[in-house]
Amino acid sequence: MSRFILNSVVQRVVLLIFISFISHAIIHLAPGEPSMVDPSNPRLKPEDIQKIRAAFHLDDPLHVQYFYWARDLFSGDLKSFKDNQPVLVKIWERFLNSLPLFLVATILTWTLAFPLGVRSALTQGSIFDKVTTFMSYALISIPGFFLSYICIIIMVKQLHYPVIGMQTFGLENAGMAVSLMDRLEHIALPAFMSAMGGIAILSRYVRSQMLETLNQDYIRTARSKGLSEDTVVYHHGLRNALLPFITLFGLMIPGLIGGSVIFETIFAWPGMGRLGYEAILSRDFPVILTLNFFAAALALAGTLISDILYAVVDPRIKL
Amino acid sequence: MKQTGTPESTSLFQESWRAFKKNRMSWYSFVFLIGLTVFAIIGKIVTINVATFDPSAIRLADKFSPPLTAYVDAEGGQGVSPVFGVYWFGTDDLGRDVLSRMLEGTSVSLTVGIVAVGISLIVGIGMGGLAGYYGRKKILFITVDTLIMRIVDIMLCFPAFFLILTVVALLPPNIYNIMIVIGLTGWMGTARFVRAEFLALREQDFVLAARSQAIPEWRIIFIHMVPNAMAPVLVSAVIGVATAILTESSLSFLGFGVQPPDATWGNILSDGKQFIFDAPWITFIPGLSILVVVLAFNLCGEGLREAFNPRLRRQR
Repeated sequence: MSRFILNSVVQRVVLLIFISFISHAIIHLAPGEPSMVDPSNPRLKPEDIQKIRAAFHLDDPLHVQYFYWARDLFSGDLKSFKDNQPVLVKIWERFLNSLPLFLVATILTWTLAFPLGVRSALTQGSIFDKVTTFMSYALISIPGFFLSYICIIIMVKQLHYPVIGMQTFGLENAGMAVSLMDRLEHIALPAFMSAMGGIAILSRYVRSQMLETLNQDYIRTARSKGLSEDTVVYHHGLRNALLPFITLFGLMIPGLIGGSVIFETIFAWPGMGRLGYEAILSRDFPVILTLNFFAAALALAGTLISDILYAVVDPRIKL
Repeated sequence: MKQTGTPESTSLFQESWRAFKKNRMSWYSFVFLIGLTVFAIIGKIVTINVATFDPSAIRLADKFSPPLTAYVDAEGGQGVSPVFGVYWFGTDDLGRDVLSRMLEGTSVSLTVGIVAVGISLIVGIGMGGLAGYYGRKKILFITVDTLIMRIVDIMLCFPAFFLILTVVALLPPNIYNIMIVIGLTGWMGTARFVRAEFLALREQDFVLAARSQAIPEWRIIFIHMVPNAMAPVLVSAVIGVATAILTESSLSFLGFGVQPPDATWGNILSDGKQFIFDAPWITFIPGLSILVVVLAFNLCGEGLREAFNPRLRRQR
């Protein structure tokens, strides 16, 4: 077990280094750089551009630039091109904003998808099953931002409900309870919107997994022993059907960065996805690269966690 | 000629086709998509050649007309009227006919989806085929299989949408770059399917038989093995088109999509969003069209998956 963990950690670290090479190369080789964001500015003379390029080491060869980036990242004084703020601090602040959104969305996804999926598997072919199937396809197929706009219109016009940003302006000094409620009101819609796709996909997956499990021989054996239907379904069926979802749990971690760009933009939520979007717009290479690096690290950590969890839960798998 | 006693012999494909037809939702989606393709081709021809359908005709006097507004010719017979003199889908902020713009956008949106998936299929089948067929060959110190699967792992580690956004923002935004980028970030699933199928097929007798007849390797791969590995690929391709159309519309929403004057459903929608309170039809018509078409692709793909995989077919 510890051998396996050590092995896969080493493998993943090597992968991560390769990933950082590649993302560095993609970003630096693609046309467009920070000195060219505002080409029509008459006050930006060629000397200034030269100065900017020199200050950001943009004239050095690629591998030297990579070295500078890695050194600054690990010594903690990597500075953003845009405002000269430390990148790690910036990302940490945004991470603290993204985390509650991600947690609420994840909790919503998992608590809604499982009951829906199990129920439609148990009543296969019924009206409920057909409706949830159709609804989940519809939710996968609708552009997320379109659905969000419809919801915003309904919320704002009909229900007078706050939706934009993280808190109501001017409520900074309100009491604990008021500001907590305010936060919750603001988080509800964005979290629900980003959970929507997940609920649709996951409930489909739960359904097919449950159906497959219920067709197994051991379920027939359990039934033939005369066990009650509830014991058969929830004790023998559901527990086995749940196994593959442990893998999924690890795989959802990278959604923290990549999955939220659209929703954070719509709802003006100052999270990591939006930080990335703003960094891309201003060609802020250190921020883009560091975010990409963390996203890849999260993805790799997610697969590692899911592998380990799988081995812990399923005694048939030996690492 | 029907034989009595023994059941009619059917090939695997016929059997799958029949199962697919039985699934009503998927079958209707398929028919709908065929119709949509015809519609897109007609729309492409018509928007280029017929002045009535010109999507860039600007009639500022008629801006923000709601759907079904009758066209009133203010230029004394000089103006070009929309179809049957009615703005079926209304007009946008420049007075352009939304129906014509949607017609033009249909072919562009479909092309983006199909070309992007085509690219990801070519790369995916190529990479997966190499890994599956030549997997044991060594390059220096690692096998081809390890090398390719590590590349797949690396690609999977990038947050897909963030990567697309980065590349699209840095490249000049034109429709070809968007197709290429969406295609090149979506081939990993196909590569994995094809590799898995190839690993299984490589050991089968018909491949051995083909090899024993000294048939060249490329022929074995492309004529004998690829068709047998097509089923999961076809399914993921159909669903891939849906995803690509959605991705394009998300990119348009952020301002990195296909740029004007080319109209796609995505950029009609994102142009319309600023007028959502005054002119909701500019947002809702493309939004609902995307919903319906992507839904049709998804249902069709799901039906194909069920038809090709007998284990998933419902017991009737």
